[in-house]
Amino acid sequence: MSLADHLTAPVEDDEDRTPYSERGPAPIDVVAGFGFWLFLLSDIVMFSALFAAYAVLADHTAGGPDGVKLFNRGYVLIETMCLLFSSFTCGMCSLAIERRSAPATYLWAAVTFALGAAFLGLELSEFSRMIAEDAGPTRSAFLSAFFTLVGTHGLHVTLGLLWFVSMMAQVATLGFRPIVVRRLLCLTLFWHALDIVWIGVFTIVYLGARW
Amino acid sequence: MNGPTRKGERTPGKGHGSVTTYLAGLGFAIVLTLASFWAAGTSAVWGPAVPILLAALAIGQMGVHVVFFFHISSGPGDANNFLALVFGIFVVGLVVFGSILIMANLDANMVPMDKLMKMQR
Repeated sequence: MSLADHLTAPVEDDEDRTPYSERGPAPIDVVAGFGFWLFLLSDIVMFSALFAAYAVLADHTAGGPDGVKLFNRGYVLIETMCLLFSSFTCGMCSLAIERRSAPATYLWAAVTFALGAAFLGLELSEFSRMIAEDAGPTRSAFLSAFFTLVGTHGLHVTLGLLWFVSMMAQVATLGFRPIVVRRLLCLTLFWHALDIVWIGVFTIVYLGARW
Repeated sequence: MNGPTRKGERTPGKGHGSVTTYLAGLGFAIVLTLASFWAAGTSAVWGPAVPILLAALAIGQMGVHVVFFFHISSGPGDANNFLALVFGIFVVGLVVFGSILIMANLDANMVPMDKLMKMQR
């Protein structure tokens, strides 16, 4: 096939060739999903400001303990695995939602909730241990930035857990009607986004990546 | 004509996953996570190269999550989602690297604290 043939050959895909002006409004599923995707990206932009603050302040320990002394990598690996497996079980939950299978949805949501709660419990016990060791958020600029960044992520996980409870109640009472399914889609996207932010947290904060 | 719905437009995370893709994503993510934790504590890699390796592994894992969990691709129906993602990455890059660059520059140009004390007397 010559280059000219290649360039003029029809493109084989399922894209709609109708002009945009004649396609009518996008279906509400697409609008809702895209809108929530934009929200998630803006949330990640907010996290990037906290990451920037942490990166600038990480060396300013004011004579207090630094990350090497405070963080236990084995502990963080367990937290990371909890969140990673919860992201996978959340994916299983969205497959169950697509099949409109309520028992499977409850099961996978419960597993996701348990893993998320385990992550949160580990994080809170780490925070309380640090505060008991006089390494609380008021100790140094480094610790202020640490508690703000990791605490904001933990707050998001908490909200996600509450959202899971709320959505399971809605599945139980309202069933898989379109608005419930859209909310479930947004919840699963939210949960996956939390895991993406956590990749940045464990790499930059706990593994101490510097440039 | 499809009536009021458009053909070929996609929503993030919807209708393109299967058990296989989620399992593949989980597998890749576990390997990359373990590699990160290994790289942070190893002496097998030249010290100054470790942060670059960690950054590469983290970006790789974020890519795995976007592709296997969010199901975002650069394909035709995903143009809106993909462009939004690219813009998000752009802003994140500006905020993070811009802040670090500016603060490092200020830090380097600041009068040392002991000299500043003498000047104030």
